[in-house]
Amino acid sequence: MAGAGGGGNDVQWCFSQVKGAIDDDVAEADIISTVEFNHSGELLATGDKGGRVVIFQQELESKNQPQCRGEYNVYSTFQSHEPEFDYLKSLEIEEKINKIRWLPQKNAAQFLLSTNDKTIKLWKISERDKRPEGYNLKEEDGRYRDPTTVTTLRVPVFQPMDLMVEASPRRVFANAHTYHINSISVNSDCETYLSADDLRINLWNLEITDRSFNIVDIKPVNMEELTEVITAAEFHPNQCNTFVYSSSKGTIRLCDMRASALCDQHSKLFEEPEDPSNRSFFSEIISSISDVKFSHSGRYMMTRDYLSVKIWDLNMESRPVETYQVHEYLRSKLCSLYENDCIFDKFECCWNGNDSVVMTGSYNNFFRMFDRGYRQDVTLEASRESSKPRSVLKPRKVCTGGKRKKDEISVDSLDFNKKILHTAWHPQDNIIAVATTNNLYIFQDKL
Amino acid sequence: MSEEIEGTRPATDEATHKEQQEIDDNVISPEKAEEVKLKARYPHLGAKPGGSDLLRKRLQKGQKFFDSGDYNMAKAKVKNKQQLPAVTPAEKAEITGDHIPTPQDIPQRKPSIVASKLAG
Repeated sequence: MAGAGGGGNDVQWCFSQVKGAIDDDVAEADIISTVEFNHSGELLATGDKGGRVVIFQQELESKNQPQCRGEYNVYSTFQSHEPEFDYLKSLEIEEKINKIRWLPQKNAAQFLLSTNDKTIKLWKISERDKRPEGYNLKEEDGRYRDPTTVTTLRVPVFQPMDLMVEASPRRVFANAHTYHINSISVNSDCETYLSADDLRINLWNLEITDRSFNIVDIKPVNMEELTEVITAAEFHPNQCNTFVYSSSKGTIRLCDMRASALCDQHSKLFEEPEDPSNRSFFSEIISSISDVKFSHSGRYMMTRDYLSVKIWDLNMESRPVETYQVHEYLRSKLCSLYENDCIFDKFECCWNGNDSVVMTGSYNNFFRMFDRGYRQDVTLEASRESSKPRSVLKPRKVCTGGKRKKDEISVDSLDFNKKILHTAWHPQDNIIAVATTNNLYIFQDKL
Repeated sequence: MSEEIEGTRPATDEATHKEQQEIDDNVISPEKAEEVKLKARYPHLGAKPGGSDLLRKRLQKGQKFFDSGDYNMAKAKVKNKQQLPAVTPAEKAEITGDHIPTPQDIPQRKPSIVASKLAG
């Protein structure tokens, strides 16, 4: 797989599809809150603020158009979570889907975990393309026949029917989190998964819903002493005993479940030393890690904080091996970004299939890719203007001061309401899914 | 990043020397300049930046308050006035007891019955 594109490298990104309404009047429920490819890349799931999940399936490549990869079309859609009110605590529980994680496929059906702030659900998505016909005691419409009228017997047979995709909740994992769930991660053992909230991480068995083990608890005895919260957590991709969690102070802790039942003592602590003379009111806020993702190889992990993406070698805790600036020009806008709350936006990040390129979102519907090998980066935009089929995306540039060149956009013209928080990369191919506020864009490399 | 600028520091007393150092800092560090701007707008902003206040606010997200006493008082007021109190957007801001919603005003949280537009 080739790199990020732009400059000397050869990948050019083309518009493929866009999903969602065109109108500017966005209902809150339509705000996309999570995007995730399954392990084969054939399925692409989105969750929204209204608690709904939409799954797209990639069509098989058609022989007529060998230069295109298959399109993603709606496969299934269902209401995963509903709004609730906890009367005991006077707490409104949003139905917004915070995360979706797919289970590796084991049989004909597909399984995914979806979670809101308080409850995780395991959904089974299965296909039905035949139905039994020719019952002896029932008519075709379901009414029961009078047994005395039955004179002959026949064996019911399966007849083909139009494909029906059904989603059913198979497990509901509830009542295990006092605080708001920010992450779920399926273990490589395919039997367990973790769920993390602001202060605790729990370990579940996928089969068991009435019991969960607490493996991390950072709640201080006296809440006045609270200084940091858990922001994200993930299992290692192939070491089933290892997981990491990031904090609002910019640290990542790696834990080994073999060491003890409660992993409050980390095995490794990843933290970049800070120059104390550079410290400002904003330092801690912008160092808060909003996402952590292991590389597919398991050798590295990537963290996203407000202004940068950092790649860490698991063997080196003292500092990241690579740092990429996403939108450094925002450093001189922190005051207004604090006032409009944008400084608290939680951007996610993702790796491509062979860990050579990383991607993350920004404002103005811009998203950024960093090619680790070629040391190149590119800024692209998800917009309706560049949505002609197979049109190549033009790299964008933000002008940081001085004379603005043609085609550049100045920092003050950026639209901070157009945030790309969620992006996903196909596990093998150069296909990416980029979520704007209420639209899902799919881009592919030019074949 | 807070290097000294040679030759621009005035040769007078300590106070102005410190001020100049601060100005130097702000010129060189955009982040510190932004901090000065923020402190100018909100002079009472916590001495403990990014600390407990922010975190506690984050942990308490979703908290709604319902006082049955206020609710019943509002209900009684409605009966006396023989009309529903109009709930304009202006009234929705803050006086407790005076305008706490009546049963008709409490928004019912319903799940989305409309299908996602992504599936359209």
